Amino acid sequence: MKSSNIVLKVVTGSYLVLFFVYLFLPLVFMSVVAFNTSSIPQVTPWEGFTLKWFGKLFGDSQMWDGLINSLIVAFFVVIISVPIGLGASLLLTRLQFKARNGLYAILVSPILMPGIILGISTFLFWDKAFHISGGLWTAIMGQSTFISGYCMLLIMARAQRFDKTQEDAAFDLGATHRQVFWKITLPFLRPALISAAALAFMQSFENYNTTLFAIGFEQTLPIYIGSKLRAFISPAMNALACIFIALTIAGVFVYEVMRRSESFKKS
Amino acid sequence: MRKFRQDAMRSFGSFGITFIWVTVGSWLIFMILLPQLIMLDFSFRPFLPLRKIGGPEDIYTLKNYIVLFTNEFHRAIFIKTIWTSVLVTTVALFVCYPIAFYLAKVARGARFAWILMGLIIPYWINELLRIFAWQLILADAGVLNKLLLAIDIISNPINFRAGNSAVIMGMVYAYILFMVFPLYNAIESLDRNQIDAARDLGSSWLRIHRRIVIPYAKPGIAVGCIMTFMLAAGSIAAPQLLGSPSSFWFSQVIYTNFECANWNQGAAYAMVLAGLCLIFIFAMLKIFKVDLKELAK
Repeated sequence: MKSSNIVLKVVTGSYLVLFFVYLFLPLVFMSVVAFNTSSIPQVTPWEGFTLKWFGKLFGDSQMWDGLINSLIVAFFVVIISVPIGLGASLLLTRLQFKARNGLYAILVSPILMPGIILGISTFLFWDKAFHISGGLWTAIMGQSTFISGYCMLLIMARAQRFDKTQEDAAFDLGATHRQVFWKITLPFLRPALISAAALAFMQSFENYNTTLFAIGFEQTLPIYIGSKLRAFISPAMNALACIFIALTIAGVFVYEVMRRSESFKKS
Repeated sequence: MRKFRQDAMRSFGSFGITFIWVTVGSWLIFMILLPQLIMLDFSFRPFLPLRKIGGPEDIYTLKNYIVLFTNEFHRAIFIKTIWTSVLVTTVALFVCYPIAFYLAKVARGARFAWILMGLIIPYWINELLRIFAWQLILADAGVLNKLLLAIDIISNPINFRAGNSAVIMGMVYAYILFMVFPLYNAIESLDRNQIDAARDLGSSWLRIHRRIVIPYAKPGIAVGCIMTFMLAAGSIAAPQLLGSPSSFWFSQVIYTNFECANWNQGAAYAMVLAGLCLIFIFAMLKIFKVDLKELAK
């Protein structure tokens, strides 16, 4: 019994180590290359440390255009998706109606469909119905189609825990619907709304599949990265990858610290 | 219906009802239903030069769908897309299950936090960049070939990108984490006492997993499989960056159609891909006997 326990522990431990080596080693390689002088992106031979690829990246005006477009798109996706998610979650958690399950299935379906399909259908719809050809607007619409679904799920998870007696008490004391919404419902949902906004922003900023088909000839940052990686790869892309990785790690740490201080305050 | 209206009025007031109508209504109609219907309409019309659109030749036809069966090249690519997506999903499930279980039921304290962060960080790094990392590993002068040459396993570099292997490796790497979190969420709420009780009664760990953990985790397994399959079947970044002209993918066929402005053919193939994902979703729900409602957990 005892020895089989040890065996199990060793197996589990080595499995974990292998798994994380598999997850992180490619990212380490990718980052290291950004500092290699060699103009072909490669780990070996090491031709000396340099920061010139970062300079090259920052000197590329297309990269900046893509970044600005990405920020514009992400901003509008947040503005559109969070209210939609809020509306849908209120409708689905508070009211009982026959078509509820059917409606829910339709509303989550964009999350379960490949992004390229959303991109294509959005592109065709706006072109055909309003003669608006692919650009930032169609990218915003295409992304919001499924990001609204994520916002809805996040907000619903919290809305389900809402104690309805709070609202009833307020109504009994003569509060109006507007007062109840601003003073009770919204403050209760605030944490979920903030995470929904953060999630929407990140999902939009990262999105490639839907955007590629919806955006026509414009470029967001991922579209720019995609076209660069397809054409000729330069270590400047490794520099960009390196920055992305650093920002992600920083973001996860900040989020983790915030979450802990939050739970520390509660306890 | 009247009761519904009364309930709505009581909970939200007229301002709230308007808000819900506008948000959910425009999402449902202008972002979900109408775009799909327009795409369906496109898919049933022939590809015509601009001046002939709306003319006598612009009639509904199944031609764009029939091509999938008559064009051997496209049919082979479609079948390849199905089996690779199933393969990627299966690998992801087997690799991630132990990790998800460990995270949910074994890891505690600092170790738990580290593992969670170790999963979240790569999960949030752009899909394109994660696939790009494999470009560097699998290139002719890449890390893997250099390693294999150095330890004398091979004498000439392997061209991983010639066949499908590079794309499949990239997909597994890029989408594997979409399996971990649904599994973790499902297993996490399992009462530890159930596992302990089974162990005290002499169950082997294999039996514990087969009879207790896996049945409990069914909704998570279904969601994880659906997400991974969908991402693999609709992946365009992996074949674009890791594929070669000899390894075309279905998403690339769709993309090429749009590049040649043949929106009708592209729309038909997009519908086929959507149909494939729908069939997979219903198959998963049926196999794991999960209700659609449980998917959101």
